[in-house]
Amino acid sequence: MHLFILKRLLIAPFLLAIFSVIAFVLIQAPPGDFLTSYIAELAQGGTSIGQEQIEALRQQYGLDRPTYVQYFVWVGNLLQGDLGTSFEWRRSNAELIGERLALTLTMTTISLIFTWAIAIPAGIISAVRQYSGIDYVITVLNYIGLATPNFLLALLIMWFAFDQFGVTVTGLFSPEYVAAPWSLARVADMMSRIWLPALVLAVAGTAEVARVVRANLLDELDRPYTEMARAKGLPEWRLVLKYPTRVAIAPVISTLGWYIPRLLSGGLVVSVVMSLPTIGPLLLRSLIGQDMYLAGTIILLYSVLTIVGTLLSDILLALLDPRIRTA
Amino acid sequence: MSHAATDPATTAPSTSHDDRGNQVYVAPGWKLTWLRFKKHRLALVFLWLIGLITIVATIPAFFATMDPDDSRAARAFRPPQVIRIVHDGTLTLPFVYAAESARNPRTLKLEWTVDRETRLPVRMFVKGFEYELFGFIPVDRHFVGIPPAYEGSTVHFLGTDRLGRDQWSRLMFGTQTSLSIGLVAVAISTLLGILLGGISGYYGGLVDNVIQRIIEILQSLPPIPIWLALSAALPRTWSVTTVYFAITVILALLGWTRLAREVRGRFLSLREEDFVSAARLVGASKMRIIFSHMVPSFMSHIIAAVTLAIPLMILNETFLSFLGLGMRPPAISWGVMLQEAQNLQSVVNAPWLMIPGLFVILTVLALNIIGDGLRDAADPYAN
Repeated sequence: MHLFILKRLLIAPFLLAIFSVIAFVLIQAPPGDFLTSYIAELAQGGTSIGQEQIEALRQQYGLDRPTYVQYFVWVGNLLQGDLGTSFEWRRSNAELIGERLALTLTMTTISLIFTWAIAIPAGIISAVRQYSGIDYVITVLNYIGLATPNFLLALLIMWFAFDQFGVTVTGLFSPEYVAAPWSLARVADMMSRIWLPALVLAVAGTAEVARVVRANLLDELDRPYTEMARAKGLPEWRLVLKYPTRVAIAPVISTLGWYIPRLLSGGLVVSVVMSLPTIGPLLLRSLIGQDMYLAGTIILLYSVLTIVGTLLSDILLALLDPRIRTA
Repeated sequence: MSHAATDPATTAPSTSHDDRGNQVYVAPGWKLTWLRFKKHRLALVFLWLIGLITIVATIPAFFATMDPDDSRAARAFRPPQVIRIVHDGTLTLPFVYAAESARNPRTLKLEWTVDRETRLPVRMFVKGFEYELFGFIPVDRHFVGIPPAYEGSTVHFLGTDRLGRDQWSRLMFGTQTSLSIGLVAVAISTLLGILLGGISGYYGGLVDNVIQRIIEILQSLPPIPIWLALSAALPRTWSVTTVYFAITVILALLGWTRLAREVRGRFLSLREEDFVSAARLVGASKMRIIFSHMVPSFMSHIIAAVTLAIPLMILNETFLSFLGLGMRPPAISWGVMLQEAQNLQSVVNAPWLMIPGLFVILTVLALNIIGDGLRDAADPYAN
């Protein structure tokens, strides 16, 4: 068990290195070097930037040196905890990302909990009562959930809430808490709002997970060990939950590694539509404004979250399935 | 499938039974797949729907009622006009009521009221704006619209947007872009997927290992941020066509991994099958084994996987364009249209701007159900 997790932990730095290269390639992707376009933009706006300031920036990012050196300068700064400065906001990236990251994490986690809390029971009921009315209802809902783009669902809910009840469901805080310092009341206010975007975000994943659970459980319900437990007289529901379900939900946990990137992805779109202060809209703005170091840092952060998520899923899987621990 | 022929209860089979039974026994794999697919009623219904949507995507101008770029401020935010067949309690030919606009003196907002006195007839195959069918046949007939005698009045089945452009016509043209982006992106990913998945599954060993690790890394990247970053790097000066192809390539770049996994899995499981071993033992060449024994037997699985990949691509294009980093105006796609409905204010002001979204849902739903039907039917020799 410990060896298994240790192996996984050792892979993480390699993955991180690869992701940092990918993020850096994306930083370099827009044509031209960002400093020249930044200076040109400032000149257009009427402000000129001092020569020594330009030199300082050039040195900070090593722009006068070859590309691979720039990469190491960037990574070196990151490792020392210096996330760089945003040109558009004139603030340090760390400061910009900080609170937004915490909110993103909260929303993603709640969304994940929703996904599992809805999808796993739905899949189990669907499989145990195959071809019943409730199975059909769940299947139809699954298809609709898979086909609905989450931003559209968010728009529909926002419109409905406003049209019917006159409630505005955008944002994560009520007006009086937007700029307030963190307090218990502010957390409570956030929690009273965050569940809706988290739920919207969970819909597509819920549909998919429910399908997987249903299909796997249907396979397991025919297995001899299930028959055996039934023959011994175990009550049906306890039997289903105790043995086949554990096997059926294993793939759900093992695919967490690629479900988390998709949650982060979807969260970006939902946040833009519902104007949530998460890192998604920040990334979008930085990409449109070609604030590439901020964008690259955010993309790298997304990858870190994915790696951590995958690690957690490996540990969960090892706890759930003894065969993996010893393998 | 051939119950009647094998069931001992019907021991005196008529000749027609025998024929049908024999047909099933000698039918090629694809035919068995089709026979099984046909049993899935819902999938069949949606197949018709997709056929219809494909026709729209091929000749959108025929189904449009107006030039999709024709904008006029005086027509802005006009609500949808319902086609009616009952006027004053009597049944008549289809028509729509005309609408009148007036500016609200307090809010300065253009407000529309239905004029129940004036009726505009709605007819099929009417003359309208000129266009070129398939790019070279000049035509001016349209599927539906109001007759040319009512020059000056316009009909908007789905209302108009901020610039007074007709949503119905834009939707028809958007269908062409969105559907074809999905198809082209999936075609590129399929090519990559079959090639790399095939190499991976057939050769195994180190090559397989490397390709599998690449797939794992690509799958653990958050797709939308990566796509956004790549398409943000596209120069703003590029033409609509260039951007179109760039977007398809960007989408395919992360899209091939699922298909590659599918192909590899099939290769691995088929490699050990008896009929493959048999072919190997009688001395068939590698190429012959792959192309005349293995490929036909997993072709239907690939078709099913491809059908399930198209709706994902359509959704992805919609996401990108909606966020302003996919297709850009003047191009029209479902995502570009939905950009008009990006915030609460515009949606509250003109809820019909969300209608293109319903078409996205319907198309994706249809393709998913067809794909599932194909997947269930894909293995004709099971059971």
